[in-house]
This record gives sequence, C-alpha cells and structure tokens, in this order.
Amino acid sequence: MNEKQPDLSIKLGPLKLKNPVLAASGTFGYGKEFSHFVDLNLLGGIIVKGISLKPMAGNPPPRIVETPCGMLNAIGLANVGLDIFLKEKLPWLQKLKTAVIVNIYGHSIDEYGAVAAGLKGVEGISAIEVNISCPNVEKGGMAFGTDPQVSARVTELVLKNSDKPVIVKLSPNVTDIKAVAAAVEKAGAHAISLINTLTGMAIDIDERIPKLANVSGGLSGPAIRPVALFMVYHVVRTVQIPVIGIGGIMDYRDTLEFLIAGAQAIQVGTANFINKKATLDIIEGLGSFCKDQDIERIEEIIGTLKTAKS
Amino acid sequence: MMEQDTEILFNMKVTTDTFVMGLRAPEIVAEARPGQFVMIQTRAGIDPLLRRPFSICGINGDDEFLVLYRVVGRGSAIMSRARKGDVLSVLGPLGRGFDLPQKGQKTLLVAGGIGIAPLIFFAQTNKNTDLVFMAGYSSVSEVVPKEQVGLGNMKVLIATDDGTTGHRGPVTELLESHLAGPCDNTPTVFTCGPLPMLKCIASLTLERGIPCQVSLESAMACGMGACQGCVAKSSSMKSQAYYHVCKDGPVFDVKALDWKNL
Repeated sequence: MNEKQPDLSIKLGPLKLKNPVLAASGTFGYGKEFSHFVDLNLLGGIIVKGISLKPMAGNPPPRIVETPCGMLNAIGLANVGLDIFLKEKLPWLQKLKTAVIVNIYGHSIDEYGAVAAGLKGVEGISAIEVNISCPNVEKGGMAFGTDPQVSARVTELVLKNSDKPVIVKLSPNVTDIKAVAAAVEKAGAHAISLINTLTGMAIDIDERIPKLANVSGGLSGPAIRPVALFMVYHVVRTVQIPVIGIGGIMDYRDTLEFLIAGAQAIQVGTANFINKKATLDIIEGLGSFCKDQDIERIEEIIGTLKTAKS
Repeated sequence: MMEQDTEILFNMKVTTDTFVMGLRAPEIVAEARPGQFVMIQTRAGIDPLLRRPFSICGINGDDEFLVLYRVVGRGSAIMSRARKGDVLSVLGPLGRGFDLPQKGQKTLLVAGGIGIAPLIFFAQTNKNTDLVFMAGYSSVSEVVPKEQVGLGNMKVLIATDDGTTGHRGPVTELLESHLAGPCDNTPTVFTCGPLPMLKCIASLTLERGIPCQVSLESAMACGMGACQGCVAKSSSMKSQAYYHVCKDGPVFDVKALDWKNL
C-alpha cells in the first residue's frame, strides 16, 4: 500500500505534538505504570500525576465510588512531592520520545511558584499544567480556580518562575468558566485545558453515610462528557490560545466531538482505568477516520463545527 | 499482566447468591499465583463503568481459571447472568499474592464468607504442606460446596454464626482453639474475609507472635497502582502512610497494616 498516512500532528501554542491524544493527570501514574500496555512514544504526550512541593499522603479511604457512567474520586492529590519526583520518577520519563507535561498544584499561591521554580531548567519536561481546582488554604479552602483574579495571579507567578510553556487546567465548578479562561489568557497562559472533575457526592442509604470518606469527590467519566464539551465550545469562542478538551472521552468518536468543537487536543482520563490501551485505540481510530474521510491533516477538523448560531 | 477478551467456559450457581465462573485464558493461567486477582469488565460498554476485582479461586489445567463471586451489587448481578460462550474482558493477574509456606510448615487457612476464594487456590497449590482449612459462614445455606470448587478431597472445618452446620460461632473461635492446642511447629496463618474477622485474627496472631498474611478487599478503579483509589493505612510512620491494595497487596503481612485505622 502506498496510501499516504494522515498527519495527526498538532500545534499547541509553542508545543508540537505527534497527535492530539494526551494521557490525563492522575489517571496515568508517572507513565511507567502503563508502559506494560502502551508504547508511550506513540502518544501525543503524557501528563503526570499532580506534583506539590512536599509529599502528600492523600485522603483516607474510601476514595472512589462508581456512579452511573462515571466515578467519584477523592484521592486528595496524593503524590511523592517535588524532590522525589525529580530524583526517582523524572529520569525514566526523560528517556521517552513523547511530550512529558508535569501537572503542578499548591496550597498557596507561593507554593505554585515554588514548584514551578523547582522545575525550571530541568530537561525532558515539555510543559507545565497548572491545577487550579485545589483548595486555597489562605482563602478558607475555596478553590483557586473559582476566582478569575486568583487564577490569574497563580498563572502569572508560575509563568514568572518557569521557562516552559504553561497550560492552566480549569475547574468546571464555577458560575462562568469563560471569565476564568479570559483571566488566565490575559495573565499569559500558553494554553488552557478543561474540564477538571465536577464536584459531587454519593450516599450509602443503609448506613446513611457518604460513600466517600471525604464526603465529596470529583466526578469523571462519560457522565460528564456533554458538560465538558459545552464548556470547551464556550471557551474556544472566548480565548485565542489553544484549548485542550477533557471529560469522559472513551474513544475516537468522543475525541472528534471535542476537536470539531474547537479543541486542539484532548486528554484521556478515566478511560485508562477500564481500557489500558484507550489512548492508542483513539490514535488508531483517528487515523482510520481521517483516511475514510480523505482528511490529510487532523488539524483540518479542528473547530469545524457548523451551527446556525455560529 | 495482560488485558484480554476471555471466553466463559461455565457460570454456575453454587449457593443462593454465589457463583463459580470458569474463563479460558492460558496466558493469565500461566502467570497466576494464589492471592492474586483479576479485574473483569462485567459487560461491554460504559455502564457499569469500572472493572470489578475478583480473587483467582483456582486454575484447571493450563488454560482455565476460576472466580468465585457473590452477587452484592449491579456488576456481580450482571456477571451472574452471563452465559457459557460469552466473552468478558479480563485484566490480570494483578497484585502481590501470598508468600507460600515451606514444605512441611504448619499452615492455617482461615476464610470468612466469600473470602474463601483466594484460599481455595492456595490450598490447591499446597497439597503437601501440613494444612488446616477453616471456613466461617453466617449459615449453612452459604457454605460453598467443596466439590464444585476443586476441594473435593480437602477437609474443611466449618463454623456458622447460627450453628446450622459445624461449629456454632465465629470461625476465629476455631482458630483460637487451634492456636491454644499443643504445637511443636509455629504455624503461619493465611486469611481473607470481612474486616471485623480480619481485625480479630490480626490481634490473635500479633499477640502470640504468629506469622500471618491477610488478603484485603477494596473497591478499585485501575487495579495497578495508577489511580491511588484503593488504599490501606500502613503501620509504619516512616515509610508511606498508605499502601495501594491493588499493587502493594492485596496480600499483606499482618504487621504492615495499621489495624486501628483500617
């Protein structure tokens, strides 16, 4: 066969990726966990488990519960901390020939700056993704990402302390996600990813207790996909910087919905738990779809939604 | 460890709410060790979304493994309706199994309810050891028939809460009387069952300095340490605060866990 393979590569601001499929933070460990099933070098990129300045043990169990077409998690941002990440996890990641994006978070604005500074000058990191959905200790536990001004301040400080492209991951638990998106764009973010999980809960009716020890958790999986898609649709119409779509993507068809809505790339999260090769299956499916539709470059699809409103 | 579509060879009801399923998976059988588990997608599609974890309860020949499961929710109910010839996606074998005893070492297996599953596989692979198998149930109607899970020749001491068969009372009383008797050979206890039973066995063995390995149950999402959803509190303040049940376990040394906070 001399049929030309479709070009799946995409640009994400200053980043060029092999394809638009990234593994989402918190669902893919530090990459190595999945290397038994997935040739990581075939992925557009991987986003490692969120890193904080100090190690975090996380919440007491139960931390997860299944809900209709989804799951709630309250892991509590358990991670090895910046120092151990750099010493023990990163050397293995540095050998990969795919984009390695480090997700970071802090308990205060300064902590975000400190983690970003700790990654400055480190080889083998393609970009930083900033999780602004976690509670702000200085503001009584209200998430940073619920306030456009605070979101902008976090973004500015990370940019100031970093030499890498900065992606800001938005929380959907807000009144107007467009306002937060606009604020972080103005602050200088190179790209935006959305959505993080939606806050929810589940109750054990026999014991009359919450099913999660933390009471509430983050809802993910196909249950949230329509919500995520609509938020992506809005945000790509609000900002000029590239948008990465996240939320319940299970296969290439789900992926195409986000690309057509205008996302430059997508992240696969919960699907990794059920199908270890979900990311690869999506890449393969996108290739076949492009071939079938005589599309030479996947970028031709992005933002091609036709609506009476647009 | 692999993820593959496997054919159901049989799916048989063995008590009112307990089933044994045989699945054809030569590669999984080749790697499987007692105490390890598999994650089964109870049907294709997104509802139920997550795979369900099940201990491997035995192997037949070189291509078939068994799971013993109780219907406790939607996933297991869907599984109970699957038929011979249907195909289910299986991920496994997963986790750290039992450290098997030396030949001739006195071995006490203590099962509570459906927790018997990994101990059946254990007993099948350790026929030469000096082994006593104790199983507790709430009532006679729950007793898993030995011959249907490949334990036909094995003596199993039964305890039931209501006394409808065997010893009346918790299975931990059977264990206690074994530990009280004369012994020229320190036994090792291997156990799996509900948490209150495990807590009782932990205190019995820790007090007496008897080695004990426990298999824990937990809800799981990924089954391989990536999501950090299934955790159990570690007894050590120095090392990690939580173990991952799926990857560091499901089998743990009794001393590794913080029993007050499980």
